[in-house]
Amino acid sequence: MVPLGYFIVLSSVLFSIGVWGVLRSRNAIIIFMGIELMLNAVNLALIAFSSNMRQILTRFVQGVSPSEAADIIGSAMASGQVLVFLVMTVAAAEAAVGLAIIISIYRLKDSVNVDDVNIMKW
Amino acid sequence: MSFAIFFILAILAVGAAVMVITTKSPVSSALYLVLVMCSLAGLFVLLGALFLAALQIIVYAGAIMVLFLFVIMLLNLRRDEFGHDSHLIQKYLGFVLVVVILVQGIVIVGWAMKDYSATSSLAPIEGTPVDYNSAHWVARTLFTKYAYPFEVTSVLLLAAMIGAVVIARKKRLPDIENEEG
Repeated sequence: MVPLGYFIVLSSVLFSIGVWGVLRSRNAIIIFMGIELMLNAVNLALIAFSSNMRQILTRFVQGVSPSEAADIIGSAMASGQVLVFLVMTVAAAEAAVGLAIIISIYRLKDSVNVDDVNIMKW
Repeated sequence: MSFAIFFILAILAVGAAVMVITTKSPVSSALYLVLVMCSLAGLFVLLGALFLAALQIIVYAGAIMVLFLFVIMLLNLRRDEFGHDSHLIQKYLGFVLVVVILVQGIVIVGWAMKDYSATSSLAPIEGTPVDYNSAHWVARTLFTKYAYPFEVTSVLLLAAMIGAVVIARKKRLPDIENEEG
């Protein structure tokens, strides 16, 4: 069993690469990919924590009956996965709207370089 | 064995993520991002979240990346369109900032987990199921405890769909509209 810390460190590395991509790139599509990378890193952290919920919660549910304990641990572990499910949905919605905006900007400016898009800058 | 799998997938994910950012062509970036998604799906399997691993492949590597590739093809971006005016200070300042964020994150996680032992010696309780990660528990929790957020999600998707159609629609020229009217 790989320890939880390994997954969290990997998740922070991936998140940082995503931030780096957003800061470095001038191409709007690459910036979007950086955002997707950050969302994925967060998903990895959430799943790593939810998989370790069993070890954390087992020491708190010693007194209750087995079926109740199963309920508590199961719903706690599934909650993290439900959150990842919702993050995926939000990522899909964000990608659809964001790419539509990029297409719209490309029609207007003939470019997807974010330095060219400064019409809302004071 | 699981350590070996973890390190292979982790190196693959980090390497592909760096390539996503540094490659010049947007199409290669998108394909490297598919590789990142697939190795993350492998890590999800390693963590026991089989349902979400399948969802990761289907939704991310399948749907979202096809959307990205479709837009890249539609816009027909050339390779030399970018990178010529990337500000040098911004580039290096961004890198320094990212390293600071990464070190902060690792230090905070290490501090928070210094007295957390991941390999607990406590045995599973008698009579409780072993496989908590199955789709059964995810579905049960999603449709009972989180039924309301789930329904809100469908409204969000509908709004995103309508928004995308309205934003990306080709604007009609006024004279054509007059001819039709």
